[in-house]
Amino acid sequence: MAFEGLTSRLQNVFGKLRGRGKLTEEDVNEAMREVRLALLEADVNFKVVKDFIAKVKEKAVGQEVMKSFTPAMVVIDIVNKELTELMGGTQAKLVKANKPPTVVLMAGLQGAGKTTLTGKLANLLKKENQKPLLVAGDIYRPAAIKQLEVLGGQIGVPVFTLGDQVSPVEIAKQGVQKAKDEGLDYVLIDTAGRLQIDEALMEEIKQIHDAVDPDEVLLVVDAMTGQEAVNVAQSFHEKLALTGVVLTKLDGDTRGGAALSVKAVTGCPIKFASTGEKIDQLEAFHPDRMASRILGMGDMLSLIEKAQAGIDAEKAAEMERKMRTAEFTLEDFLEQMEQVRKMGPLDQLLDMMPGMGKLKSMPNFKVDEKQIARTEAIVKSMTRQEKLKPELINFSRRKRIAAGSGTTVADVNRLLRQFEDMKKMMKQFSGLMGPGGKGPKGGMKALKQMLGKGGKGGMKFPF
Amino acid sequence: MSFFKRLRESIASKTEAVTSKFKEGLAKTRSLLTDRVAELFTRRSKIDEAFFEELEEILIGADVGVNTVMELIDDLRDEVKKRKIDQPAELQPILSEKLMDMLRGSGEDAALKTNPDGITVILFVGVNGVGKTTTIGKLAWRFKQQGKTVLMAAGDTFRAGAIEQLEVWGQRTGVDVIRQEAGSDPAAVMFDAVQEAKRRGVDVLLCDTAGRLQNKANLMEELAKIHRVIQREIPGAPHETLLVLDAATGQNALQQAKLFGEKSGVTGLVLTKLDGTAKGGIVIAIRNEMALPVKFVGLGEKMDDLQEFDAEQFVHALFAGLAGNPEETEEN
Repeated sequence: MAFEGLTSRLQNVFGKLRGRGKLTEEDVNEAMREVRLALLEADVNFKVVKDFIAKVKEKAVGQEVMKSFTPAMVVIDIVNKELTELMGGTQAKLVKANKPPTVVLMAGLQGAGKTTLTGKLANLLKKENQKPLLVAGDIYRPAAIKQLEVLGGQIGVPVFTLGDQVSPVEIAKQGVQKAKDEGLDYVLIDTAGRLQIDEALMEEIKQIHDAVDPDEVLLVVDAMTGQEAVNVAQSFHEKLALTGVVLTKLDGDTRGGAALSVKAVTGCPIKFASTGEKIDQLEAFHPDRMASRILGMGDMLSLIEKAQAGIDAEKAAEMERKMRTAEFTLEDFLEQMEQVRKMGPLDQLLDMMPGMGKLKSMPNFKVDEKQIARTEAIVKSMTRQEKLKPELINFSRRKRIAAGSGTTVADVNRLLRQFEDMKKMMKQFSGLMGPGGKGPKGGMKALKQMLGKGGKGGMKFPF
Repeated sequence: MSFFKRLRESIASKTEAVTSKFKEGLAKTRSLLTDRVAELFTRRSKIDEAFFEELEEILIGADVGVNTVMELIDDLRDEVKKRKIDQPAELQPILSEKLMDMLRGSGEDAALKTNPDGITVILFVGVNGVGKTTTIGKLAWRFKQQGKTVLMAAGDTFRAGAIEQLEVWGQRTGVDVIRQEAGSDPAAVMFDAVQEAKRRGVDVLLCDTAGRLQNKANLMEELAKIHRVIQREIPGAPHETLLVLDAATGQNALQQAKLFGEKSGVTGLVLTKLDGTAKGGIVIAIRNEMALPVKFVGLGEKMDDLQEFDAEQFVHALFAGLAGNPEETEEN
């Protein structure tokens, strides 16, 4: 039932036809069936899929299959490029009105995450030294105003409310006026969630729109939305002339095909992606990453970026040298672990690696952050000498280390054994990479080998 | 007897229990799905690849899960071969029947499980923004109408304003809410609520929880803990753990059902926001792949906009356009 990435799917399709020079129409048709399924499983609207497939088919037929590429890679490359293009460039900026305040109106279905997003956006603006005002325009959902007030309080941004007995049109109007009077830069108007077929409420938001003449109208869309995304986007766009889209709940395990549907229907750029419940978890939207996510290819780019931000380049180079020459000690191990942890919660990192999502769903594979903490404690309970020369560690030392780290001798034994295994593995890799081996390429190869082993259940994480 | 005749009679014998609300709420769902199905069956004059492709698109367009649709289409292909059918009209009842079977499952687990001799505890779980708190408010009202004593537990201590939201529902329905401060341990809130429910000897305890994405390991563990605490304080509880699903959700709902099921032993579904054009077809896939029944459907924002799910009504409403002209179907 778990989604299979497009990569492996296409590899199955093309498994039999290696070494062909060109993609024939038949090859492409076969591949397109898989691409179609992958997109449908990712919740891209079926009409959007149809158009997309037709376009890609045209481009793919007759493509040269280069020696270094398998047909699968060629097709994925085309699909990926088309998909990225379709989702548009990065435009993660709110427009700014020539004459402040800039008025931003939120719209969307119930539960899409408008109120939370309004808070996050205000937080972002405040960090850019802008002065935003939050306007509580959701008078229908119980405690929606309270929710916005709490968020405003958390980030120190004023919230304008007239309670829940005044029409939202009036609230919005007065809110904008207040921002003008006080010389604020942005007005963010939260609105109640509404179904796009609810005529009364759609008329109401139209009136709000007409009353405040917003510079930016953002449609807030839950990334988990299915085929319905198209209808929602279309109706809101017709009524309000949207200027942008925000995808929420992208930190879930949804493939988020709704992004593509919405973009295809409205033509509006997706400006932000919301990736967590904390107030600062709002990110710029990256079409390329979204493309590979929809195709089930993981999010290698995000991972690389996180790694770059989290890991000291010099340290990494040194580490690589040590790994190559198998001079790797427990001390290095500890350091490496800390670096990895800096990149974020481990299970999130794994999610971003192609194929690893699958690994995670295996019954025996569990990422336990606590286990990492325990491992750290064990290593930290060793003397420097012990860390450099683990073979020194005899039974009485083991007992001491266990006591010092609050673990058992068995835990210490396990760690030492795993460390030895890891060292052995590295020795094997060092042969692969060669002395002057180019880092990233060799590294990927090695990683692939590790993953390959994992498939047979042979791989153990050292933590 | 034809399938549609049987269906019609079984529905007719059920008195006019099909509430207007249910019909109204489903009107959009019905017209979109069934009009297209009906249109497909009458327009197409033969069963060919294009026919299957279009049928597939209609079902996928209703969010009926890609795997389930593929299975269904394969089954239909087999039937066509086996029975040597060449008219789309002959295939129509077979499709309807298959969908019905999928939705019904074994059919015994449709009613809400209650505790005959003590407090019935119902736990609500789901991702963010599906309508858990609203559903609890509506259900509290429903139980109240039935003359039951109800208590609600404000287990969403995380989202800003969530406790207040439940309290507003408490005032509307005249039901007390057990709460602690925002940010406190939800398991502790549940413990308090269970103790209070025991002390007062209420009939029903409805437990709200914070929305969480199913891939957040720590939040899912928190849910497992809440479940354990309730279980420890009242053996056999929670008597129902209901996964609340937004009808607009796509394939991810399967993943939700699976992972919430693992951590909190989900026993049924509540399908919300079905008053929109979203078709909620994914419940067919969930029922098919995980045997989880739908217990309630949410059809609006008012207190009484929650209806018990009745597979027969649902399918009747879904296929009303088709069941209306069985004679024509037979003639063809």
